[in-house]
Formats: sequence, structure tokens, C-alpha cells
Amino acid sequence: MTGALLSLRGVRKSYPGTGRRGPRKVVLDGIDLDVTEHECVVVVGSSGSGKSTLLRVIDLLEDVDDGQVLLDGVDVADPWVDADAARARMSMVFQQYNLFPHLRVLDNVTLALRLVHGRRRAEAEAAGVHMLEKVGLSHKARSYPDELSGGEQQRAAIARALVSGPELLLLDEVTSALDPELVGEVLDLLVALRDEGTTMVVATHEMSFARDVADEVVFLHEGRVHERGTPGQVLDDPQRGRTQEFLRRLR
Amino acid sequence: MTDWQPSARALERDAFRRAQRRRALAVATVATAVVVGSVAYVVATAPGWERARTAFFSPERAVEVLPDVAEGLWLNLRVWVVASVIGLVVGLLLAVVRTSRLPALFPLRVLTVVYVDVFRGVPVLLVLLLAGFGLPALRLEWLPVSAAFLGGLAIVLTYTAYLAEIFRAGIESVHPSQVAAARSLGLTRGQTVRRVVLPQAVRNVTAPTASMLVSLQKDSGLISILGAVDAIRAAQIATTGDYNFTPYVVAGVLFLLLSIPLTRLVDAWSARQGWRGRLRGVSGAGVIR
Repeated sequence: MTGALLSLRGVRKSYPGTGRRGPRKVVLDGIDLDVTEHECVVVVGSSGSGKSTLLRVIDLLEDVDDGQVLLDGVDVADPWVDADAARARMSMVFQQYNLFPHLRVLDNVTLALRLVHGRRRAEAEAAGVHMLEKVGLSHKARSYPDELSGGEQQRAAIARALVSGPELLLLDEVTSALDPELVGEVLDLLVALRDEGTTMVVATHEMSFARDVADEVVFLHEGRVHERGTPGQVLDDPQRGRTQEFLRRLR
Repeated sequence: MTDWQPSARALERDAFRRAQRRRALAVATVATAVVVGSVAYVVATAPGWERARTAFFSPERAVEVLPDVAEGLWLNLRVWVVASVIGLVVGLLLAVVRTSRLPALFPLRVLTVVYVDVFRGVPVLLVLLLAGFGLPALRLEWLPVSAAFLGGLAIVLTYTAYLAEIFRAGIESVHPSQVAAARSLGLTRGQTVRRVVLPQAVRNVTAPTASMLVSLQKDSGLISILGAVDAIRAAQIATTGDYNFTPYVVAGVLFLLLSIPLTRLVDAWSARQGWRGRLRGVSGAGVIR
């Protein structure tokens, strides 16, 4: 085994095509990826290139057609593996926050601690309050999600993802739904997490953020890794046509 | 896209999933057999089973009474169709009135609220008795006084109130941004309601509406208390004299023959086109292992 925390080998994923007998739409077409502990891998690419699907496959929210998803060397894509246990070791933050609207912020944060990780309520709430302090939201613990701004909701979602101490944090375009002036508060938090050594796979459109935090940048195009390397290599000196075109359009 | 041939690993996973499905099917089969078997055993070993079987499941008696009960069912069917159509149309209108903000409609809105509150709050049976015996007492020349008409009227009054509430819930479930989008395109209020809000509202409440209609189909039998000879009344008449209750079973089977296709039809209709459109193509809308 590679010694990586997470390894993807030849991951392929397709969705049913349109119409009754239409050809299936291939979203991931043989992806290889390695993420070692404390590493931050940033996935970039135009919309529809498969970034979100890649993260969802890692978090076992999608079954793959083929290939391996190795978590500590164990292929968790195999249907006979306990997917719930594997998912409990990772945390995903979604583009649209996906906070539970019927629960207060603190209950959102402590839900998995109590139900999945078996903590007592008092213990879970102490951990939850601590995590909310860390993301600067302890004063909103008793509020409902829709009483929060977008940036606050996303920070609450990040607190919810982090509170169980996941080995791997998956961030799916977490700033795309935010107003520009709220993007900064979320990105600052992510930079702080990265500096603490949180292992992350990040799908994003924020190139400056990718440049700041990434150990490796992976450029996806039509479901394949088109180019990969350090931020300096991929973002400042791209070697392949699609990458160059993508970055040119972003300027 | 590359030509993809599933790897040995993928084939192994597929085989595992197939085995899981086979096991699920086997479990379902065994569970069903156990449940059906134990019910059959309890019934068949009951001390009164022999008598019950002749009293409730006599084939000869069933064939004898079928024409009468079927004729009664024809009345149920007519009441049901008429009450459904009126209930759906008027219920939808009431819901629109109730949710509209036009100042001119204010008095109508109040009436709607009062009407819905009253007829949802009073038992159907009471409405039936009041309409059936109260309205003829007014001796209005133009008012038909047949039991079928008055009974049908009472059922329409009650069910329209329920349907209006269902449609109101449907209208309120349409997100206000849909109205904003329609108005910003220049659609009038009326156009917005007709072309944007109602189509979505009706879809959102298809399931509860369908169950109201099924319930209405059964409750159409209540008009028999006013003396109309519907399927249930016909069956009741057929049981007088001897102690054979097969006609009731016949009526029950006939009702089922009507309501089961109806529910399946509504399911098929709502599954047909884009009904799950909101979720189609949303990742995560499938099953998560």
C-alpha cells in the first residue's frame, strides 16, 4: 500500500443518460488520487468536470462503477465494507451548507457526536460550544440556521463537520453560494484549519485560495485528471492546453 | 471516453450486490409466507370457522346477490364521480380565493374560512342527516328531494371543505420566489396563479388529494342512511331473512375493485412525467449505501 490516508485507483462513475436507453453519462473516467495525512489537495476544473462527484465518491455518498477507494489501505468502495463506519471517519461540507433547519446551531453540531460517536449530551455540548467558539459562532449556538447569514451558516456547517475530529475533511465549493464579502470569513477559517494540519480535499473555484493552501492541485477535465502538481506548477505554469484555457478564462 | 470493461473487482462487487438482492428477496418471501400462513392457520382453526365460511363466503349466494349489489354500486359510482368533480373544482376555487390578497375578495375570503371551518368540524353523518331531513322540510319547490341528491349534496359539502384545505396547503408550498419570477416576467396576478402557482401546487398535493378521492368513494355509501339504495344498502337488504352475510363481502370486494385501480392509476400518473422532476438529476437522490 502507498501509506496514504486516502487513495483512489481507477475510479469510474457514470449516471443514467437522458431518455430510456440513452448512453450513460460518464462523470469520473478513471481517477487516481493520493492524499497523505496533513496534506491539502485542491481539485479545480470547470463545472461539470466531476469535482463534486469525486468528493461524493470519497465520502461514499455514491457507489462507483469501478475502481478502488482506499481508506488506510482498505477498499471502502466494496459493498461488503461497513460504509457508515468509513463515513464517520470523514466529514463533508457542502456548497449549500445543508444544515438541518429544524435544529438549533448547537444541536446541528452535536447531533453526530451523540448519535454516531456515542457521547453524552453534556459532553457533546461542551465539545460543540468549543468548536463554535473556534469558528466564531458561540453567540449563535441557540439560533436556528435560517437566522444566520450565509457565511455564518457555512461556518456552522464547518463546525459540525469538524467536531467529531474527522481524519479527512471534504470541502465541496464551500464558498460558491456566499456573497463575495462573506467569502473571506470562511476562507480565513479554512486557512487556519490547514495551518493546524487538517487533512483536506477541497473542490473550489477560488484560485487564490488554492494557491495559498494547496500542497497539490489537481485539474479535472471531463472526468479525468488532466494535470496535477504543486500550485506553482499547475496554476502559474500549466503545461497542457485545457488547463491553460481554463485559467485564461478565469482571469 | 474510453471503452470501459468492468474490472474483476467491479464484477465481484456486482455479484455481491446481486447475492444481497437475492437474500432480500428470500427474506421477503419467507416473511410473507409466515404472516399469511399464521393468519390462515388462526382463521381456519377457529372454532366458528365452518359456520363463518358458509355465512360470509357462500359462492352461490354471492352469485345470486351480485346483480343487486352491482346496481347499488352504480349509484355509488355516480355519486362519487359527481362529488369528485364538484369537490375538486370548487375546492380549488375556494383555495385560490382564500390565498388571494385581492381586497375585493375579502368578504368571500371570510365566507370561505367560515365554510371550511364548519364543514370540516361537523361529522359527515350529521351533515347527511341535516341535509337529508332538514332541507326537504323547507319545502322549496325547485329543490330535488331524492335521497341520492341530498346525500350527494351533503358529501360534496364536506369533501369540498377538505379538498379546499389540501389545495391551500399545496398553494402555500409553492415558494414565493416562483411568484416573484413570474411577476418579474410581466405576468399578471391571475396569470401567475393559473400558469405558475397552481400547476406546482396541484402536483405537490397529488397524494393527499388522491386519498381524499378514495375516501370519498367509500363514504359515498353513507347516503344509504337517507334511504338511497347503494351497494351497502342493497347488500343489507339481501341479508335480511336469512343469516347469510355474503352480500356484505360481495360489496366489500366490489369497492376494492374500484379503489385499488384508482390508487394505482394516480400513482402511475404522478410518476409518469417529471413528477419527481425536482429530484431528478440531484446527486444524492438515489439510495445511499
